[in-house]
Amino acid sequence: MEEEKPWALISEVGGDGLLEDVTDVLTRHFHIISHRDFLQNPRLHGPRIRAVFQWNAQPVAEPALLALLPSLKVVANGGVGVDHLDVGYINSVGVKVTNTPAVVSSATADMAMGLLLASARRIVEGHQVAVDPKAAAPIANNLLGVEVTGSTLGIIGMGDIGYKIAQRSKGFDMKILYHNRKRRSVEDERAVGATYCPNVDELLQGSDFVMVAVNLTPETTGLIGHRELLLMKPTATLVNVSRGLVVDQDALVKALLCGSIRAAALDVTHPEPLPRDHPLLSLPNVLITPHVGTHTYATTRRMVQMMADSALAVIQGQVVPNEVTAK
Amino acid sequence: MEENKPWALVADVLGEGGHLQALAHVLQQHFTIICHRDFLKDPALHGPKVQALLMWKYLPAAEPALLRLLPALRVVSSGGVGIDHLDVAFINSLGVKVANTPGVVADATADLAMTLLLASARQLLEGHRIARDPMTLSLPQDLMGHEVTGATLGIVGMGEVGYKVAQRSKGFDMEVMYHNRNRRSREEEQAVGATYCQSLDELLRRSDFLVVAVKLTPDTVGLIGRRELSLMKRSATLVNVSRGVVVDQEALVRALRAGTIRAAALDVTHPEPLPRDHPLLRLPNALITPHMGINTYATARRILQRVVDNAAAAVRGLPVPNEVTRPNL
Repeated sequence: MEEEKPWALISEVGGDGLLEDVTDVLTRHFHIISHRDFLQNPRLHGPRIRAVFQWNAQPVAEPALLALLPSLKVVANGGVGVDHLDVGYINSVGVKVTNTPAVVSSATADMAMGLLLASARRIVEGHQVAVDPKAAAPIANNLLGVEVTGSTLGIIGMGDIGYKIAQRSKGFDMKILYHNRKRRSVEDERAVGATYCPNVDELLQGSDFVMVAVNLTPETTGLIGHRELLLMKPTATLVNVSRGLVVDQDALVKALLCGSIRAAALDVTHPEPLPRDHPLLSLPNVLITPHVGTHTYATTRRMVQMMADSALAVIQGQVVPNEVTAK
Repeated sequence: MEENKPWALVADVLGEGGHLQALAHVLQQHFTIICHRDFLKDPALHGPKVQALLMWKYLPAAEPALLRLLPALRVVSSGGVGIDHLDVAFINSLGVKVANTPGVVADATADLAMTLLLASARQLLEGHRIARDPMTLSLPQDLMGHEVTGATLGIVGMGEVGYKVAQRSKGFDMEVMYHNRNRRSREEEQAVGATYCQSLDELLRRSDFLVVAVKLTPDTVGLIGRRELSLMKRSATLVNVSRGVVVDQEALVRALRAGTIRAAALDVTHPEPLPRDHPLLRLPNALITPHMGINTYATARRILQRVVDNAAAAVRGLPVPNEVTRPNL
């Protein structure tokens, strides 16, 4: 019944928040209140709220907010990365954290392939030439890209997303190298024809495309820096679908300017979005998309469903799928 | 030695200062090359020396006016597999052979077809534009694309390129259906998980993404017209890597404006390039690339090697590996 539905706090519907088309997934099980409405009377609304649904890292799960939510049981994050959450702190106030692994993987892997191909084949430049009202004869003889079929793809981070990227690139007869904290099983490797590189340097030196698909942790912050970019081939392309901080952006700018690598394609930067005068925005060999790796209607819907399911499980005292705890 | 090598007339891009000048050495293995611009400075002098016409992206055009100036011509060796730009029968009637380059274009073209599909589905160009827009101050939560994984891919034309598109889409768990004059073998179908669709209409109705990869023949001109577009899903995307005239462009413009289909991604148009005021250039749901299907350094090199090998064989009176004798196969 309506009255029995628990209350949940979200940032907003539309705008920078949750897509309006998918809110029905939440309202089926929750009364939702936007952050703006909540702030109009936190003392009234606060004690009712059992769940916070985080989308695009908002509303920010900081102590000031949590202090207003005495009945809060769960912060359910939309997305698999929770690097923006202090999970240890949130757990310490008796609140669980959940994320949305697996449902995001296919869409993100598709995006990774799209970025790789679009960069390799210079689609953005091609389209600009094709539609340029001033171009006299836009035949693109000088727009030669690099071959994808049969090239070598080096995947750094062979989790769910990295593995799906390997599955997709197999169809292009790409030779696949990968580096991961843990080696995958022989069956997994054989299924996609991937070769393990215990030394990431070997992968960097051997790859035509370097794909970064790791979690953001203290160990992976700045994983791709000046040294790594120098090890890469001057004809190589860097693709990042992890987090902006995994790549040293200043080093990347320098590498692109002096030709240490051919190009970069980034769905993630730091910060997001970049300051409007950032050099990455004006380099011709950089393709940037605004963190849309999971942005399909179907995947977004699945993510929100997972958030709702996880939050309900916590509130109802059931086994919680997709809980994230501090390591 | 230079003097002993037969002369070949080549497109300007392969000449001095041309964009493909770096690849000219491939041609110079067997030929002394003269580019069209230089040839035209003194056709009476140069013409009688030319034994081979090496074409790149339709140039130099093998028209009667040019061929008339080349009395010693043995072969028109064209880079690429399409020969719809050549009047093969007429050229043959002059005692000149025609050759193309099958077998080396398919990978790059299939890669581009997948690129167009993904770029359109996931709004890559729009994303890039927003990412760079001076007015962008926050991430756009409403920039949404369409799921590629698990979607239904319809391939019209299951030749070399179509088949390679099927191979690539298998990795995305796409459901692959195809329509072709001839059905492929069961082994070939199973290898890529493709289902044959006897009826083009059925393929149109069921596809989320339709990739057109046919040869241009009298039968395929206007293959995708008003009727075919109306059968497609409103959420469907059309990708064309064949030839511009395979699609009825006016019908396509109407369909894109009315939302009859979601979007189109075209590497080929008619003409090429489109007039600068053509509506296709301004539709937000049309992604157009300037016939870049084979535009990689490696593939361009492979094509030119084949162009040269074909031409060298013809000039030596040997069998030409990729001779084209019938215009419409």
